[in-house]
Amino acid sequence: MKLYLLSLLACLCTQLAWAQPAVQKRYQTQLIMADNGSTIDLDAGTFTFTGSLSLQDKKRIVIRGKGIDKTILSFKGQTDGAEGLRVSNAEDIVIENLTVQDSKGDGIKTMNVKGITFRNVKVEWTGAPKAENGGYGLYPVQCDNVVIDGCTAIGASDAGIYVGQSRGIVVKNSKAYHNVAGIEIENSRNADVFDNETYENTGGILVFDLPDLVQKQGGNVRVFNNYVHDNNFPNFAPAGNIVASVSDGTGLMILAANNVEVFNNRFIRNQTLGTGIISYLLTERPITDKAYYPFATGISIHDNVYERNAGPVSQRGRYNKLFSQVLKPGQDVPHIIYDGIADPNTLDKDGKLQADKRICIRNNKNQSFVNLDAGRGFQNVSFNTTLFDCQLEPIKTSVSNNR
Amino acid sequence: MRTCLVWGVLLSIGWLMLGSWQTVPIPEKLSDYGFFKGNLANQQPADGVVQYALNTPLFSDYAEKLRFVKLPAGQSVAYNDTAVLDFPVGTTLIKTFYYPNDFRNPAKGRRLIETRLLIHQSEGWKALDYVWNDDQTDALLEVAGDTKTVSYIDANGQSQQHPFVIPNLNQCKGCHNRAEVMTPIGPSVRQLNGDLAYGATRPENQLRHWQRAGMLTGLPALEKCPKAPVWNKPETGSLNDRARAWLDINCAHCHNPKGPAMTSGLNLNYSEKDPTALGIQKTPVAAGRGSGGRTYDIVPGKPDESILIYRLESTDPGEMMPELGRKTVHRESLVLLREWIKAMK
Repeated sequence: MKLYLLSLLACLCTQLAWAQPAVQKRYQTQLIMADNGSTIDLDAGTFTFTGSLSLQDKKRIVIRGKGIDKTILSFKGQTDGAEGLRVSNAEDIVIENLTVQDSKGDGIKTMNVKGITFRNVKVEWTGAPKAENGGYGLYPVQCDNVVIDGCTAIGASDAGIYVGQSRGIVVKNSKAYHNVAGIEIENSRNADVFDNETYENTGGILVFDLPDLVQKQGGNVRVFNNYVHDNNFPNFAPAGNIVASVSDGTGLMILAANNVEVFNNRFIRNQTLGTGIISYLLTERPITDKAYYPFATGISIHDNVYERNAGPVSQRGRYNKLFSQVLKPGQDVPHIIYDGIADPNTLDKDGKLQADKRICIRNNKNQSFVNLDAGRGFQNVSFNTTLFDCQLEPIKTSVSNNR
Repeated sequence: MRTCLVWGVLLSIGWLMLGSWQTVPIPEKLSDYGFFKGNLANQQPADGVVQYALNTPLFSDYAEKLRFVKLPAGQSVAYNDTAVLDFPVGTTLIKTFYYPNDFRNPAKGRRLIETRLLIHQSEGWKALDYVWNDDQTDALLEVAGDTKTVSYIDANGQSQQHPFVIPNLNQCKGCHNRAEVMTPIGPSVRQLNGDLAYGATRPENQLRHWQRAGMLTGLPALEKCPKAPVWNKPETGSLNDRARAWLDINCAHCHNPKGPAMTSGLNLNYSEKDPTALGIQKTPVAAGRGSGGRTYDIVPGKPDESILIYRLESTDPGEMMPELGRKTVHRESLVLLREWIKAMK
């Protein structure tokens, strides 16, 4: 009898051990065999995978779960592949109503997709935020017409929602918290980021342009109607990555990006930099890419609300030291920081920026400002906004994705 | 009424024929192709199937590989000295992965794991994978991949056991991908320019053998053909050339301006001349924790500060490189790459 029970138990154990890879095989086979135009329905429940799932060379596919936290694709203990779900070389793809958890690398990576929609998707790393978590949560790269709607990203050791080297982007109604960067738009053109809430990240929203990439010079980005608050989480990015240089307490950081309009946002209790506008030169990283443009130009910050608690900026990161040099003791740290490093080729004979390259700051609630003049060793640090009181042409963006 | 019936029959025959034409069945078994004669596991090429080898191959967890090419009857491939040979439609490239039971003594037998096919169809290259059964009598089509445990005695006499991952069909294109088009990686003139023992005959230069067999046209004098060094044979090339050859075959299928890793800006093909693109003092883009806390891909003179070395030493899927097809660390090539970085100024 005992033997019988034991063998029954052994039998059950084998069944359990095989149950998960069977799910992986089933869904992966479905993803490979899917006809163009079909929908892949995922069941409710938590499914554990030991390797990445992938979809490629397909058109008009919907990958649909039963809802956030109802269909959970868990990659805890993943042994193969660098991301949870990967989609490449595809058109008109929708991923919706599901959660991706604890992938070893990035959560969902989509590359070379024309028309990619993430709707009601959560990507998270469970447990306390840590450097061992994957880099990006939602990670469309080199895509066209990207829509991220109603998504949540938690715990990414780089950016929760990251759009890189893409064209035509909408990020809306989404939440990002406990990431190093909440939302990041990098080397991407024509992006609208609105109606999102990013909080308790190291930095709330980043708009970056970096060298040495295939798609140079992003820009034409609008950031509006977002609630960006309490982004004071200590930076936990692995060193070497550009986000590791983001100081905690950052609301919005614009790095070397061009034509960015920031309006109607609430930047609340981001204790170091409500909004920073800086050149890549300030990072003091080497630049060898001759096609790279390291200056932030055509930036308009208007009609936003700034608030912060009294008290010093974060002790971590470089800004603490920097502010202690340029501020008087007891002086409040300004909400908007501009490094003052301008492209000498865009200055007119009076040393002013050409009209369309200007940095314009106007009509923000509790507006305060400092121009660090970092390009000349902080000689002429100025708190005067008069030179920056201007209005740029509103930016127009365009996205065509009806799915 | 009768015409109706005739038309109906004709239409249904037509429909059936069309249907079968649309779904040319994929052979379920490797033996269905007739690539080999005799016992399949002996991998003796049938007529028209020719074995080949690469000077510096991709590292695949110490698996050994048998490579074969089958050109369509009467056709050949034209010489070119820069890219992978442009094989005609109808070509099949065949690659069998196996582990010798004892790397020190081939006589102790081997275990075949999988045979991968790249078939050049009119609409492009198509990848298929056949997994060997336990009896080693045949290999069966596998779409969704698998993981096997392999065990063997390595070249140092150490007993080894580790998982071996058989890719799913999507993963094939993870590497065999140039501008999102499925493409072979290995058989270029520079990789084929070396000797191979064909059957019982004396070793012969592969390019010359192909030419004699009518498989290769336009071959110039051999000394004019580019030749990739053998990464672990110093007599075949300088330290730099051997390291670059290793990086080229192991990394550049993704890390090239048209490959899946183009987004990183790191290009490791042997012809890359821009030091930053090659990784020297280049900051990472999306490495995440793959950076290992290091600042640059390659720091001249300092392998232990170079991300490239860190990612090759790791077997954690979230940080290692390549992303696929590696469960072990290739210790021997790391010695080479460390020397290479150390010698950089």
